[in-house]
Amino acid sequence: MLGYAARRLLLAIPVLLIISFVIFSLLTLAPNDPLGDLPLTIPPEVRADMRAALGLDQPFFIRFLLWLHQFFVNEPMNLLQAMTGLDFRDAHRTRVLSWTTRSPVVDLIVQRLPQTLWVVGLAYLFGVMLAVPIGVLSAYRQHSWFDQIGAFVAMVGYSTPTFFTGVVLIVVFSVKLKWFPSVYDTNLKVTDWASFIAQVRQMALPVLVLTLYNTSQISRFVRASMLDNLHQDYVRTARAKGVKERSVVLFHVLRNSLIPVVTVVALGVPTIFSGAIVTEQVFRVNGLGQLLITAIQSGDLPLVQTLTFIFAVLIVAFNLIADLLYGLLDPRISYE
Amino acid sequence: MTWKLKPGVKWSDGSPFTADDVVFTWAYCEAPGGGCAQAAKFTGVKSVEALDPLTVKVTFTAPTPYPYQAFVGATSPILRKAQFQDCLGPKAPGCTAANFGPIGTGPFEVKAFKPNDSIVYIANENFRDPDKPAFASVNLKGGGDALSAARAVLETGECDYAWNIQIEPEVLKGMVDAGKGNALTAFGSYVERIDLNRTAVDAALGEKRSTLEGGPHPALSDPSVRKALSLAIDRDVIVEAGYGVAGKPTCNIIPGPEIYVSTANDWCLKPDVAAANKLLDDAGWKLGPDTVRAKNGVKLSFQLQTSTNSVRQATQALLKDMWSQIGVAVELRNIAASVFFGGDPSSPDTFQKFYADVQMYTNFFEGTDPQAYLSGWLCDKIPSPKNGWQGANYARYCDADYDKMIATLSKTQAPNDRAKLVKALNDKLVNDGVVIPLVYRGLTSAYSNRLAGVRQNAWDSELWNIADWSRAK
Repeated sequence: MLGYAARRLLLAIPVLLIISFVIFSLLTLAPNDPLGDLPLTIPPEVRADMRAALGLDQPFFIRFLLWLHQFFVNEPMNLLQAMTGLDFRDAHRTRVLSWTTRSPVVDLIVQRLPQTLWVVGLAYLFGVMLAVPIGVLSAYRQHSWFDQIGAFVAMVGYSTPTFFTGVVLIVVFSVKLKWFPSVYDTNLKVTDWASFIAQVRQMALPVLVLTLYNTSQISRFVRASMLDNLHQDYVRTARAKGVKERSVVLFHVLRNSLIPVVTVVALGVPTIFSGAIVTEQVFRVNGLGQLLITAIQSGDLPLVQTLTFIFAVLIVAFNLIADLLYGLLDPRISYE
Repeated sequence: MTWKLKPGVKWSDGSPFTADDVVFTWAYCEAPGGGCAQAAKFTGVKSVEALDPLTVKVTFTAPTPYPYQAFVGATSPILRKAQFQDCLGPKAPGCTAANFGPIGTGPFEVKAFKPNDSIVYIANENFRDPDKPAFASVNLKGGGDALSAARAVLETGECDYAWNIQIEPEVLKGMVDAGKGNALTAFGSYVERIDLNRTAVDAALGEKRSTLEGGPHPALSDPSVRKALSLAIDRDVIVEAGYGVAGKPTCNIIPGPEIYVSTANDWCLKPDVAAANKLLDDAGWKLGPDTVRAKNGVKLSFQLQTSTNSVRQATQALLKDMWSQIGVAVELRNIAASVFFGGDPSSPDTFQKFYADVQMYTNFFEGTDPQAYLSGWLCDKIPSPKNGWQGANYARYCDADYDKMIATLSKTQAPNDRAKLVKALNDKLVNDGVVIPLVYRGLTSAYSNRLAGVRQNAWDSELWNIADWSRAK
């Protein structure tokens, strides 16, 4: 298993390099311009200077190699320096800078990560925790009232877009009832009970919107997978030899049903980091999703490149994790 | 020009504000490799010297009738030398700590800066007026959209002020009626206009497309076509549908300040389809069986391009309908704003390349003096492959008289004479059919009833008098 993991990791290196090159080429070829959002009052010669200052006048390959160097050498060195307090000669090595904000890209990501993990991550966790029991119960009592209601809620949750549910919740709970705020304060620090309550209140609506969406999606997978297994011969055999119904469902059926579910859940984890673009926008959570979309709109190549590359790394990593989990869940799968 | 600094003004860190800082600011922006976005503010400045700690002398290379560009207004702030002296030229972008925590002399100082998310300010204890500001802290929050920003002020009351809330007029009215706050609109120099391309844009011209070398536009070079297009537009309908209180119909490209506003073109405020039709009939453009006018095999069929934006697409549809009444067919096209305004010379879809017959967008001038803006229509400002498609003369207008008048304007000092010239230039642009002004656009902001002292201002930052803001009693 370890050998397999090591082989896969080694293989990931060329894959990621190719991905980073493809992203970089696509972004360079896209007709976006990082100076497109600037006022028209800025004269062309000033624009030309600004382009040169961004390094836009350099050839494509030079810029790509520069990004690779900044991302794989300079940024880790800076991180190491910040963590250990040691000084490795060059204090002024160039960092990956965002073109539109001039802020180091890594700083931007560090600023945005907490709210994304809290809101999107928590919603994902709640989604999975609710979806598994709902899916199991719906499948076990197929066509019961619980299953019918579950199907209805899942259909509604899955088919109504988050920009709609989000705004409806704001109108009901913020405008009319005034229970929860509609604007997320990213500067709020949880230091005492009052600030903890404030944090819970501002997270409530976006987490609710996303949890509804995630639960709807995953619970249908669990239900379908459970139904497949409930009618298998081994289930009948287990029942026939007198295994308790509880054990049949929770150990025999559920464990076997989890294999496709694990794929869906594991591959969904990287999407936590890419944020929830629409929901973040509606509630002004301003996490990684909002960062990515504003960067794309303004043609901020270093920021888009770095973010999408990090997503690519996460996707490759969680693919591997999903594969390794199969081995744990299903003894028939062996990687030796 | 000599500036006298007020004695006793301190930076927010307590150190004295001196002439050295002013001189340094000029040097900072002029340093090669820094890509200073406000470099145009220092155009024509020969030197900036400190005569003594409280006196700054700005020397210009030539007589400058309007010298209030450098160090004036929100976009030309003065930097503190001690903070930025290691950030000259190519080092400027890497000075993260200084760039995100600039020290100023204003009523608030930056405490935390998260780009595109929020900026937290706290009151500056060293502010020159010890009684101000009234607020201990200010949180500028970004992200989201105009609608939810207006809602946060006018409906939920979470925020006190929101700017640039371009939302549908009736939605805004409903929010204001909730009684928590108000909306106000200030008018600066923003005009939504249509550029008429003077040059041929046939794709068959290849490299010469949309350049003077490609020859004149077969239809739009006819003055009666240009005038008829303007006459057929009902600007009231466009304003009502897309702008509400945030727009007024206009016939001027220079809509303010008051002293520069011409009344000579007000004929265009009243649409006159019959007169437009007659004009085209007289010029020999005959209505064909397909209800499109044509002359010598040239059809009055145009492509209208603009940026992607719901208000603009609604306006496009209205224009198509209005122009169909005078036998002009229109093909509509919209392009993502970052591409359209992006200015990438390799893209065929920029408004500088103008590979279309007509295009619609908003432009404005910074500050209160329109000289630089009007200079945009000089012959040598026509975008072409030779200058990398740069230059502000998007309509490809070239008129010797106009160029001469601009030369005179740059030497004219007296405000009233300048005003007369500006009006004449404005009238020339409108009467020659270079541009068709449509809507004088205002900036709409929402403010809470709990906020007092707000005075909207479209000529500078909206926060220009934030030191005077306070909690309403």
